[in-house]
Amino acid sequence: MGTSSPKAVIMDEISISRAMTRIAHEILERNEGCENLAIVGIVTRGDLLAKQLVDEIREIEGVDVPLGSLDISFYRDDFATHISPEVHATDIPFNVDGKRIVLVDDILYTGRTIRCALDAIMDLGRPSRIELAVLVDRGHRELPISPDFVGKNVPSSRDESVRLFCKEVDGRTSVEISDVEPGSHVGSAPLGGE
Amino acid sequence: MALLLKNAHVVDPSVELDGIVDVLIENDRIVNVGEGLSAEGAEVVDLTGKYLVPGLVDMHVHLREPGFETKGDIESETAAAAKGGFTGVCSMPNTDPVTDNGVVIEYIKSVAAAKGHCRVYPSGAMTRGLKGEIISEMGDMVAHGCVAFTDDGRGIQGAGMMRRAMDYGKMFDKVFMSHCQDEDLVGDGQINEGAVSTRLGLLGWPAEGEELQIARDIMIAELTGAKLHIQHISTARGLDMVRAAKAKGLPVTCEATPHHLFLTEDAIDGTYDTCLKVNPPLRTAADAEALIEGVLDGSVDAIVTDHAPHADWEKSREFELAPFGMIGLETSLALINTNLVKTGKMGYGRMVELMSSKPREILGLEPVSIAAGSLADITVFDADAAWTVSEDEFASHAKNSGFKGAELLGRATDVFVGGKRTLADGVVC
Amino acid sequence: MFNNHKHLIDISEYSDSELMTILQTAKAFSEVNERVIKKVPTLKGKTIVNMFNEPSTRTRSSFELAEKRLSADTLNFGGSSTSTVKGESLIDTVMTLDAYKIDCIVVRDKHAGAPHIVSQASPAVVIDAGDGKHGHPTQALLDLYSIWERKQSFEGLKVGVVGDIGHSRVCGSLIPALKIMGAEVTVVAPGTLLPPRPDVLGADHVAYCLDDVLPELDVVYMLRIQRERLEGAPFPSLREYHQLFGLTKKRERLMKPDAIVCHPGPINRGVEFDSYMPDHPERSVILDQVYAGICVRMAALYLLLGGADNGLAS
Repeated sequence: MGTSSPKAVIMDEISISRAMTRIAHEILERNEGCENLAIVGIVTRGDLLAKQLVDEIREIEGVDVPLGSLDISFYRDDFATHISPEVHATDIPFNVDGKRIVLVDDILYTGRTIRCALDAIMDLGRPSRIELAVLVDRGHRELPISPDFVGKNVPSSRDESVRLFCKEVDGRTSVEISDVEPGSHVGSAPLGGE
Repeated sequence: MALLLKNAHVVDPSVELDGIVDVLIENDRIVNVGEGLSAEGAEVVDLTGKYLVPGLVDMHVHLREPGFETKGDIESETAAAAKGGFTGVCSMPNTDPVTDNGVVIEYIKSVAAAKGHCRVYPSGAMTRGLKGEIISEMGDMVAHGCVAFTDDGRGIQGAGMMRRAMDYGKMFDKVFMSHCQDEDLVGDGQINEGAVSTRLGLLGWPAEGEELQIARDIMIAELTGAKLHIQHISTARGLDMVRAAKAKGLPVTCEATPHHLFLTEDAIDGTYDTCLKVNPPLRTAADAEALIEGVLDGSVDAIVTDHAPHADWEKSREFELAPFGMIGLETSLALINTNLVKTGKMGYGRMVELMSSKPREILGLEPVSIAAGSLADITVFDADAAWTVSEDEFASHAKNSGFKGAELLGRATDVFVGGKRTLADGVVC
Repeated sequence: MFNNHKHLIDISEYSDSELMTILQTAKAFSEVNERVIKKVPTLKGKTIVNMFNEPSTRTRSSFELAEKRLSADTLNFGGSSTSTVKGESLIDTVMTLDAYKIDCIVVRDKHAGAPHIVSQASPAVVIDAGDGKHGHPTQALLDLYSIWERKQSFEGLKVGVVGDIGHSRVCGSLIPALKIMGAEVTVVAPGTLLPPRPDVLGADHVAYCLDDVLPELDVVYMLRIQRERLEGAPFPSLREYHQLFGLTKKRERLMKPDAIVCHPGPINRGVEFDSYMPDHPERSVILDQVYAGICVRMAALYLLLGGADNGLAS
């Protein structure tokens, strides 16, 4: 993928876990409980964080919040130059109409992925509200999108890549920053690690 | 005026010549052959390093005129013949109007005389309009210079019709040249029936569709006593039947094309190259091998090209819609030289038989040899000239060669027809 | 551009993993097709020409729906008024279409090899929607998808293909595709309906008797008898064909309990089937195949039209 070895580990497993717990509390606080709440993660890795959030909310409130996963491949605006090698079926096993949806992604960067995700959710119905939770906000927005819940703000340069690795698919849980060769695609790490 | 061809390596098995001698021509005849000749006032052509043989004849050529001048005409296709080293070609009768009467024979002869670059020996249709129904005016055509009869391109379907044509026409002592294709069996067959036709989803043209008619025509030749020549033979079993007929002493001969010798069905792939669509189709590697064996052992009498020019737009179509045929006059000599002589399988003597003396004999033409008194129809070639077949270089009006890109050895440099130069240093004149 | 494939013409150029990627992508599109709003913006701004030089309402409708659900602009070109009917050559027609600045041509033609000609005459992505007796790759893909949905795996799967194999464009793609995926293929037909070399397509066995092979099969693929192509009389009557090769209620007891029945459609009741089998709730996947057609065509369009280097300015 054109990345060199990690320059630094920004978040380790414990700090990620703490951040997710905090976000879960914030979501509940902002929404005054979990009525009508649903969590939707963006594949790949946003869906793993979403599952973590649902687990946290169960711990706190004792309620199972509906969980969905969203593949935004069909909504990308860079389709002409890049297609996702693996497309995962979107799996949202509940009616989104009237729901308060918290969209979950790992790294917020240009905002284009979120724009795609908003379109994708709107195609499924009419939620009453959509909020955005991200583990890391690294800046450099290209669209007017701002997160409602943030695990950590990480100032970065465009020449760097910031990635989340998850134990379930990568064998380790951490957020890492590394240099990236100019022109190479900056996106989620491929499943199964590098 | 006299012409002295000096220092060429002359090969002519009919007079047991195989060495460097000079050839002196006066008007349209050879007047002297020998070492160190000189002649006062004669134009001297130095042919050091080149081979000189009796003029090559291709006895199976489609000149397309009259009727199909968008594909090629007598002027363009005889130019291709000259460039390929030929002094004469036998034209096929599937013109429009069909060459089935003396008037069309005269037309072809007169255009060839006025614009041609080689001799043209016209063949005439066996049946009127090539329809396989009524015998054509064979006597009239012979009176005007027709050298052979054939329904080439289609073949006569009825055995009774074939018999009537041969029984009637045998009094003219011309050869009956048979295009063997059983239409009921072949149907809309596009390429050889088998693995490749299955893979490409094209209807098969089975070997048996040709072999059945070879067997039939050999029997009818025996029945009628007429002379039979099997055209563009393409299968091992068909050749075996010709071999057996010859062994029996029947007046049966056959011809093979370079494309059936050196190309196989395996050359046809998912690109559906229509230049490889020929009739009969390219067969299997085993068939091609058997044909080469036949060329070497004498079972195949003549090398012909079945030169079939088509307009580029006719060939740039869906495979099933494209017409059959490829051009061959300009590659024949080089293909034989490269694949059979340079590989040591045969000598130039055998090549002269296959491409010069035997075709003349089958067509009943005046024999040509490199000897005093003979017609001065002469082909000179550089056996070592290396070249790549390119459509930009064809003198033919058409480009539909199946050998484009082939790297070959040997090329005609000079051709003399009745003492007149038609090719000078590779340039058609 | 999908890996190194620019076009979908010859399915045998695709590997098992590539075919599996297409099936998995089709699965993702299946979710889209189940939605209330059955449309995604993926191919917004792309122009696709459905060039149908021979009529085929079903295949064209399926492609058209797939294209529309991907938000592509579509142009149907064909029918009795096509310029090829008016004497224009295929190449000239394609160059004309190309002047419209299009991104993809879906070609249906009665002549084998036509999609290759189109791909040579145009820089657009070409998808073969059936050419002569040669191939029909998207049909093979939808067949694979339907079988995969029911059987989960192709490895060692025994598939019987019954009927007009020799004149079938479906077989030209289906049998090679099944072989690529690891299935074992038996073709069942009278000699007049077999190609010269079934083994070249990938058939492992040739059988003349349906009853003999039926007990072994996991999938029974019934090919359509084209009533309109019967002039050559490859068999004496539809009645006798039905008796020998029809999949009837009576024959069902020979089948494995979990064997399924496929057919490319349109079906002829009373010829390939009686009225029992095509409506069989557990065995017949014929309507699933129709649905799968949309999903795999969306997948093929998505994979081929995305990414760089599709020959057009991006």
